[in-house]
Amino acid sequence: MNSPQDSSVVGSAPKVSWREALSQNAGAYVGLILPLIIIALLTIWPTVTGKDITRESIFTIMLSIALASSLNILLGYTGYVSFGHVVFFGLGGYVGFYLMAVQGWSLWPAMAMGGLAAGLLAFLLGKAILRLRGGYFALATIGVNEAMRAFINNFEPFGGPVGMTLNFQVYRDYGGAAQALRMTFYILAAITFIVILVSYFVRMSKFGLGLLAIREDEDAAEVMGVVAPSAKTWAYVLSAIFPGILGVLFFFKNGSIEPVPAFRLNFSIEMIVMVMLGGQGTVLGPILGGIGYQSLRGYLLTSPLFKNIQLAVAGVLLLVIVLFVPAGVVGWLRNRFPVLRRILQ
Amino acid sequence: MDFLFTSILDGLMLGFVYGLAAMGLTLIWGVMNVINLSHGPIISLGMFGVYLLFTFLGMNPYIALIFVALFGLLLGIVIYFVAVNRVIDAPHLSTLLATFAVAMIITGLGTAVFTASPRNVDYSLGSVTIGNATIPVTRIVAAVLSVLITAGLYLYLHRTRSGRYIRAVANNRSAAELMGVPSVRILALSFGIGTMLAALAGGLISTLFPFTILAGGTYELKSFVIGVLGGLGNPIGALFGGLILGVLEGIIPTFMPATWVPVLEFGLFVLILLVRPQGLFGAKKS
Amino acid sequence: MILQLEGVSKNFGGLRALSDVTFDLPEGQILGLIGPNGAGKTTLFNCISGVYTPTEGRVIFRGQEVTGHKPYDMAKAGMARTHQIVRPLNELTVRENVIVGSCFGREGNGLTAAGRIADEVLKFVGLDGRRDQLAGSLNVGQKKRLEMARALAARPYLLLLDEVLAGLNPSEIGHMVEIVRNIRDQGVTIIMIEHVMKAVMSVSDRLVVLDYGRQIAEGTPQVVANDPQVIEAYLGDPDLALRLMRDQARSQEST
Repeated sequence: MNSPQDSSVVGSAPKVSWREALSQNAGAYVGLILPLIIIALLTIWPTVTGKDITRESIFTIMLSIALASSLNILLGYTGYVSFGHVVFFGLGGYVGFYLMAVQGWSLWPAMAMGGLAAGLLAFLLGKAILRLRGGYFALATIGVNEAMRAFINNFEPFGGPVGMTLNFQVYRDYGGAAQALRMTFYILAAITFIVILVSYFVRMSKFGLGLLAIREDEDAAEVMGVVAPSAKTWAYVLSAIFPGILGVLFFFKNGSIEPVPAFRLNFSIEMIVMVMLGGQGTVLGPILGGIGYQSLRGYLLTSPLFKNIQLAVAGVLLLVIVLFVPAGVVGWLRNRFPVLRRILQ
Repeated sequence: MDFLFTSILDGLMLGFVYGLAAMGLTLIWGVMNVINLSHGPIISLGMFGVYLLFTFLGMNPYIALIFVALFGLLLGIVIYFVAVNRVIDAPHLSTLLATFAVAMIITGLGTAVFTASPRNVDYSLGSVTIGNATIPVTRIVAAVLSVLITAGLYLYLHRTRSGRYIRAVANNRSAAELMGVPSVRILALSFGIGTMLAALAGGLISTLFPFTILAGGTYELKSFVIGVLGGLGNPIGALFGGLILGVLEGIIPTFMPATWVPVLEFGLFVLILLVRPQGLFGAKKS
Repeated sequence: MILQLEGVSKNFGGLRALSDVTFDLPEGQILGLIGPNGAGKTTLFNCISGVYTPTEGRVIFRGQEVTGHKPYDMAKAGMARTHQIVRPLNELTVRENVIVGSCFGREGNGLTAAGRIADEVLKFVGLDGRRDQLAGSLNVGQKKRLEMARALAARPYLLLLDEVLAGLNPSEIGHMVEIVRNIRDQGVTIIMIEHVMKAVMSVSDRLVVLDYGRQIAEGTPQVVANDPQVIEAYLGDPDLALRLMRDQARSQEST
């Protein structure tokens, strides 16, 4: 142990030279390289091959990545298990779809409103249910999703149980249906790109550090000065906005919206599985998790051997991950090869 | 007025069965703080157990329940050791996902074997008329059996050695271990009893309504609501929670469209979680 | 006065864990808080640092009433504490743990400045060799020093130390006592709960003694050491306690 006289502990904050700050920041971007390369490759691939079918399957993968990465801000960074996260996807989708189908709005402002609606719901809910910890919070999010689905089912302006349909004419404004489909893919790619950046900068920020502290020990974090109630709420809002926006895009592409697919609880759980598979609390994890889960699902659904029992096979795999690799692929690699930590964020 | 009376009576009858369905979930939560997401598929298995024994072996549904109960107990113990024991002290997410994985496995295999088409147990004991209300006897039997099973569970938890062990582990696992309670065996047993109750509830429901392999999911969600009403971790409170839910389901449609029932149910569920997480009747743990 | 307690009491259900604790703490002192196990020392810390709201009484910190404020409000106001049972943020590195203390404490530093402070503080407590290790992988003594580092990184006005010496070996105790003195010399006021009598007697300017939630004595180590009520309450063996405490008081006088 050093002699205590070595340094002053209560002096003023040390000055940081800009040169030092720059070099530290440059180092900080290393972890962003891999995620962005992957997203770029996923975006370019269907453009190069020009096959619509490839683009469709990559659309599903990219949607999964964006949703899982959003959820990761709450689940992975903050440690709160939102089982009913699909409620934001569904509500955002419904609000945007209503504006497009009934009020005649165009896609962009509708997406903005979908994100806003989801963020607002998360803000209001967060104030209340984020007081609950552990299993109680998880249960409450399930309750919220089921209540919302049941409500929309009765809400006539949104079409009640039959939902709403977009008039095919709408796509003409975007250069026809085929062109609109292509456009949604690139919009999705752009949103995914933004989600990854947000996820990364939250992870690297002071705000993100506060979230990690909450995840590890909420009471100790509060004693150290982390204002947990508001930090949690903003994490919740942030993790809800993108699913809201993506809901609008997804159902725009889909052409119709109904309560059951919009608020499917299993979809929430799939998001959690993707986050777990790749590694919760990391930026790269949900990306690998989304790719891995959707590729596997695609394989199982088409494989003659597993087609009928694909759900059971997926269950076995999930169980193996939960029991034996709880840190996910990225977490496992980080623990196994500490050298790679800077690259695998 | 008569209509309201019939609705309440109907709701009460059903409420007992709902209570039984939730009891297993809340017992497992109380003993080991695990939310068992395979609860619904196990209820479905209970339904199919009675259905198969009745349809193919011609067994009386109520006799079939005995086999279903045994099967549920063994299945639960197996699930505990395969999926839960390893992560029992890990964060909540692990047990939630582990039991959800079990749910996927059961549902996946179940759908492959039985398909998702509806079945029913074609068994009737006639009906009785009380006032203007006509009630199928199967409903009365289901309600009475639910009450008897609940009483049996109460006696078991309070009068037998292993039952007392279960309560001790629920109260404070490390203290119970210090006093020599074999906690892993008790946890496995509790999980087994929890799934046994779920399977029994499924078996009884199969004598009342048509069902599919996915039907358990509805009752799992109802069980969450009931569990929170009666106090998660309080198995006997679940019976009262079930009655409240049953009566609500009976009354609400008399003054608003039945489709609003789940809105109110889940709204109430979230509200109670926020205001009184220990449930309306309190529980040992909050 | 940096801290004033006026009749602070805390009930848990029917149990009275603290009753009517009253004392003033001048700036720059070390106050030792002693008493048998279960005397309510940690409960008092929790009441001061905002973890509990006192059932009765007032807490005044730097001239402001702060009774019932949240723990994070207290941290921002310039109070920091360590925990009796260490609470490291296990999956974060040692350095990140300390950065949390600096970022969210009184100064609310940005990450870069906090990193600098963290490195400094880690050196000060002798953990600089382990800064990139996960906090969960430290041993108990190291975790205690980490708790201390986190609290110091906040650059508090008042530092609450809950048994930082417990479980340390004699040479570690010596180091830790040196650290505590050094912190005080830099102008930080300290309240320390301690069971290691020799250390607390030698380092404290004043002592407050709790027994069954009541404050039974207050004063300089010499005064407290000679208080028969303290001796009787504090140890089962009054003779031994008397001898022990007098020795310590004398050794402190001579330093």
